[in-house]
Amino acid sequence: MISVQDIVKSFDGNMVLNHISTEMKDGCVNMIIGQSGSGKTVFMKSLIGLFQVDGGRIEYDGRCLTDMNEKEIRALRREVGMLFQGSALFDSMTVLENVLYPLEMFSDMNHQQMVDRAKFCLEHVNIPEHVYNLMPSEISGGQQKRVAIARAIVLNPKYLFCDEPNSGLDPKTSLVIDQLIHQITQEFNMCTIINSHDMNSIMEIGDHIVFLKNGSLEWSGSKDEIFHTGNEALEDFVFASNLYKKVKAAHQA
Amino acid sequence: MKIIQHIGEYFILMGRVFRRPDRWGMFFRQYMKEVEKQGLQSLPIVIIISIFIGAILTIQAKINTENPLLPTYTTGLLTRETLLLEFSSTILCLILAGKVGSNIASEIGTMRITEQIDAMEIMGVNSANYLIAPKVVAFITMMPFLVIISIAIGLVGGWGVGAFTDIITVADYVTGIQYAFNPYYVTYGLIKSVVFAFIITTLSSYYGYNARGGALEVGIASTNAVVNSNILILFSDLILTKVLL
Ligand SMILES: Nc1ncnc2c1ncn2[C@@H]1O[C@H](COP(=O)(O)OP(=O)(O)OP(=O)(O)O)[C@@H](O)[C@H]1O
Ligand SMILES: [Mg+2]
Repeated sequence: MISVQDIVKSFDGNMVLNHISTEMKDGCVNMIIGQSGSGKTVFMKSLIGLFQVDGGRIEYDGRCLTDMNEKEIRALRREVGMLFQGSALFDSMTVLENVLYPLEMFSDMNHQQMVDRAKFCLEHVNIPEHVYNLMPSEISGGQQKRVAIARAIVLNPKYLFCDEPNSGLDPKTSLVIDQLIHQITQEFNMCTIINSHDMNSIMEIGDHIVFLKNGSLEWSGSKDEIFHTGNEALEDFVFASNLYKKVKAAHQA
Repeated sequence: MKIIQHIGEYFILMGRVFRRPDRWGMFFRQYMKEVEKQGLQSLPIVIIISIFIGAILTIQAKINTENPLLPTYTTGLLTRETLLLEFSSTILCLILAGKVGSNIASEIGTMRITEQIDAMEIMGVNSANYLIAPKVVAFITMMPFLVIISIAIGLVGGWGVGAFTDIITVADYVTGIQYAFNPYYVTYGLIKSVVFAFIITTLSSYYGYNARGGALEVGIASTNAVVNSNILILFSDLILTKVLL
């Protein structure tokens, strides 16, 4: 469980995170939603310490990130997996080497065990064997995302962060990625946090939803509640698409 | 004001670079890659430049010492001293700053803007140590070899002038390059080159590591790396010469 208490972050006087408090439970997909520029990425990067917050506490199962020194933060991060918006695969390594890398850096397995583990994770995300020895630039965007997921989960993280996992993907591939993340979360009882502004994935896999607006926490709750919250800003966000207006109408009928 | 900030950030980065590696095995693997990339792949340019400069120095030295009062070995002597003292250490490093420095800055800069460095940090890797330390150590250990090779090839270039033209005789040249040889000059050149190798790799890594934005910024980082390495090399050349000679 990650608990966030009253965090504040500003860049040169421009307040980007404004006193946010929330809790992210294990075995759940926690979704951070909000318009572009609402502070989702900054929120996520603050949670893992890529940005230092100006105030507040961030606790990983009771361990306070904001009190840790660099060494302790690095130790904590070995329990964290992250999927970046642009995949961030190492472009000087093959697909398999990318997934092997965290194992080589931190595990005590022998080489064969590492390869087995890496292949297990790649199979889990449906990467075919003939792709293993290609470079990241030689595979498609959807495949890159899946390899990045494999790399993120190879060390069995307790916490999984995904920054817009399906931006730039077609609806069908998005769905596959979403379901993959959801399945892994439940299978390994991870605490998963996803940034998204895609209503489809929110409705598909969001267990706990946090809505940010201009850096403030505007609303949080479950996806079943999202259609009748009475919160104007949230309604505005959710029903920006005509499809969901119709869904709502159908709900009410 | 900005420059003080740069200096501070540079030393903070170096503090993170020179730590015990997370895994020595991974360090040596990266080290070997860098030896190949920065050391061995620099050999062709070192050889080509050195042979030409050796020949050109010899011809120019001959023209400038065309005086019956000066002994005939002067030409070879001048060629040797110029190679030992300045060309094969300082000038060679200025040239390598262009090749190695821009390569390092653009490689690390690209990793920064595509979030590959963040990805490493998230895994709990000390990215500064993993990426930069092998480059610095590899270039520092390869540099003395490059300097020795450059001196040797430069002397061969001068010999070529004697052998293939009638500007100078081989005998005069060979006497000249052996005359009043001071081995300390070689040590001096090697010490300088190691310092310059450190400057090139760490400064370029610094600019790459702190690149923000997009491809344009990576280009700027790489230009800054080369220009500032050159300035710092010349500046420390002045100081080292004052101290060592
Ligand atoms: N490094 C930074 N320095 C200064 N300001 C920043 C920085 N990063 C983000 N910001 C500001 O913080 C605000 C929130 O940005 P953020 O990237 O978190 O938005 P987002 O919700 O992730 O948007 P998107 O959905 O488009 O990715 C923006 O107004 C941005 O200008
Ligand atoms: Mg974002």
